[in-house]
Amino acid sequence: MQPPAPSLSAEEIRAIIHRHLALEGPLLPILHALQEACGHIPEAAREPVCDALNITRAELHGVITFYHDFREAPAGRHVLKICRAEACQAMGGAALAEAALARLGLGWHGTTANGAVTVEPVYCLGLCACAPAAMLDERPVGRVDRARIDALLAEAGA
Amino acid sequence: MRIWVPGDSAARALGADEVAEAIAAEARARGIEAQIVRNGSRGMIWLEPMVEVEIDGVRCGYGPVVPADATAILSGEAACALGPVEALEWMRRQTRLTFARVGVIDPLSLAEYEAHGGLTGLRRALAMDGAAVIEEVSASGLRGRGGAGFPTGIKWKTVHDAPGAQKYIVCNADEGDSGTFADRMLMEGDPFSLIEGMAIAAHAVGASKGYVYLRSEYPDAIRVMARAVEIAREAGILGADALGPGRAFDIEIRKGAGAYVCGEETSLLNSLEGKRGIVRAKPPLPALEGFMGRPTIVNNVISLATVPVIMEKGAAHYAGFGLGRSKGTVTLQIAGNVKRGGLFETAFGMTLGEAVEDLGGGSATGRPVKAVQVGGPLGAYMPVSMFDTPLGYEEFDAAGGLIGHAGLVIFDETADMLGMARFAMEFCAIESCGKCTPCRIGAVRGVETIDRIREGDPTALPLLADLCETMKDGSLCALGGFTPFPVMSAVRHFPDEFATAKEAAE
Ligand SMILES: Cc1cc2nc3c(=O)[nH]c(=O)nc-3n(C[C@H](O)[C@H](O)[C@H](O)COP(=O)(O)O)c2cc1C
Ligand code: SF4
Repeated sequence: MQPPAPSLSAEEIRAIIHRHLALEGPLLPILHALQEACGHIPEAAREPVCDALNITRAELHGVITFYHDFREAPAGRHVLKICRAEACQAMGGAALAEAALARLGLGWHGTTANGAVTVEPVYCLGLCACAPAAMLDERPVGRVDRARIDALLAEAGA
Repeated sequence: MRIWVPGDSAARALGADEVAEAIAAEARARGIEAQIVRNGSRGMIWLEPMVEVEIDGVRCGYGPVVPADATAILSGEAACALGPVEALEWMRRQTRLTFARVGVIDPLSLAEYEAHGGLTGLRRALAMDGAAVIEEVSASGLRGRGGAGFPTGIKWKTVHDAPGAQKYIVCNADEGDSGTFADRMLMEGDPFSLIEGMAIAAHAVGASKGYVYLRSEYPDAIRVMARAVEIAREAGILGADALGPGRAFDIEIRKGAGAYVCGEETSLLNSLEGKRGIVRAKPPLPALEGFMGRPTIVNNVISLATVPVIMEKGAAHYAGFGLGRSKGTVTLQIAGNVKRGGLFETAFGMTLGEAVEDLGGGSATGRPVKAVQVGGPLGAYMPVSMFDTPLGYEEFDAAGGLIGHAGLVIFDETADMLGMARFAMEFCAIESCGKCTPCRIGAVRGVETIDRIREGDPTALPLLADLCETMKDGSLCALGGFTPFPVMSAVRHFPDEFATAKEAAE
């Protein structure tokens, strides 16, 4: 079961867009703010964003899909990012991630059936001297082993 | 009683928050008046969380600390006592110029920043004209620490000389290379030095606006930098009269969105403008037509944060360190499978082997070291036989590698080099901006070709070499152009793993 998609009213969407319009190059800040408010870039925001910035729907779609961070649908209640980059691989990160995904029965970007956790790959968290590394929501975790991953997943309700 | 528990995200990743809480609770229980500072990290990540306690005016270290050590630390009898931190070999052997304050001060205390030499460089710069500041930066020999090693002074002069009423300073804080964390540590541990460096740059070239493009994978650094900018604004270091009466300079922190290629400067500028992070062809140089088509300095965090100390101590002091045309210090980031990982700032010239074996202490697993990837995912795998290569731009270039952002990722003998070559191609395919066919399609073919090598197809290896040549020649930026470095260095230095893959599988 996916968590219910949090929605934003037209008014809230307008307010978020408006707050950033004075910036030079406001699109990424607007997209981050929308996603922060409701976990993804809601379909209902596309038209007002395009209108406010005078860009086409195709241009907006191009930007949203270019960046790994932006979601077109909400993620689970928590996001566990596991580093796949070289320094973590040097410490056995790849096998660790594979085992965690296998236990959950998920692929990368998958969300547990109860909607609690989405597991995503990340390419470096800057924790390369205490690899392997992961991040649960915004909390960094170093020297991750199987027990640590299981504890994080349990904490997140997976 | 003054106590330091790092708030650096590597320290937090190893339990520093829990340690800080335990010490605070223990101090309360015992009625000790404890002032706990969340400092940056000293860079000895293997000792994190490393707690420091001031005893008779000397900062004594304990680490790695677990919450249960709180009692013993407050009684002065913890078994993990390291002695005075400044006397530790790791600290004594360094030349800390850029990182002089990191781990020492409270990152968000402007008063401590100033007490440790902060703002001296900016004040001196503001008393000079822009051209003289650029002359000083040029004379220091500072080269860009983001990867390409381009002379910072020349870039600044181009922006200075460019016509235009509005110019920009853009700090590249996208730090996407695996094995690197110097930018993160600096921003979390001494954010004002970056702000000061950007203000000096703004004064030098006549810019009024700065941006820090900071990757979203660094939430702690984003928080610290954003707060530091507010504090600097309140203190008038940023704002309407930052560079003198009527001479404005302000900084905005912009969050990246998880694209590695946005570390490439022109892709970064497109991203800042709200576009897809597609790489732009050069010319025009960003220095002439950068952000919004206007003259723009794009510099790495470490490049900019090194400028204040150059202005404070003078170009000659900085240029007095180093090797050949690699002047000053390099902030080595020792990472991966290593016993003592962390950040070590030293003059250019130390050999790779000294950094790995002597500083790093060899592998974490205790097995022999097999290879070191230097300079991130686009850097070569250096085998042990090349450990005598001195850390210098030209020296690494001659050895078929690159220093890049000076990250060293160490692998022990169990590393699967064919697998690492495959990963380099896979990473390029995932992160390609899509502009050039050799990169976008070539990297996908590269993964397939390496799979065929693993399956024992004898025609695949020459094909891989060909493909790498095409990627090198036909790519607009170093993502497609340099991915062949890790791939072909693995082939060259570990040929058995590519030749006998079939027999091994059977
Ligand atoms: C694919 C790619 C990724 C890059 N990533 C970064 C990065 O994360 N940080 C950085 O400072 N420079 C990065 N660079 C280098 C920048 O393009 C540019 O050279 C640098 O920001 C200039 O600043 P500097 O002269 O101070 O080094 C990257 C280059 C390429 C081709
Ligand atoms: S080499 Fe790759 S990342 Fe660089 S411009 Fe070409 S397609 Fe884009």
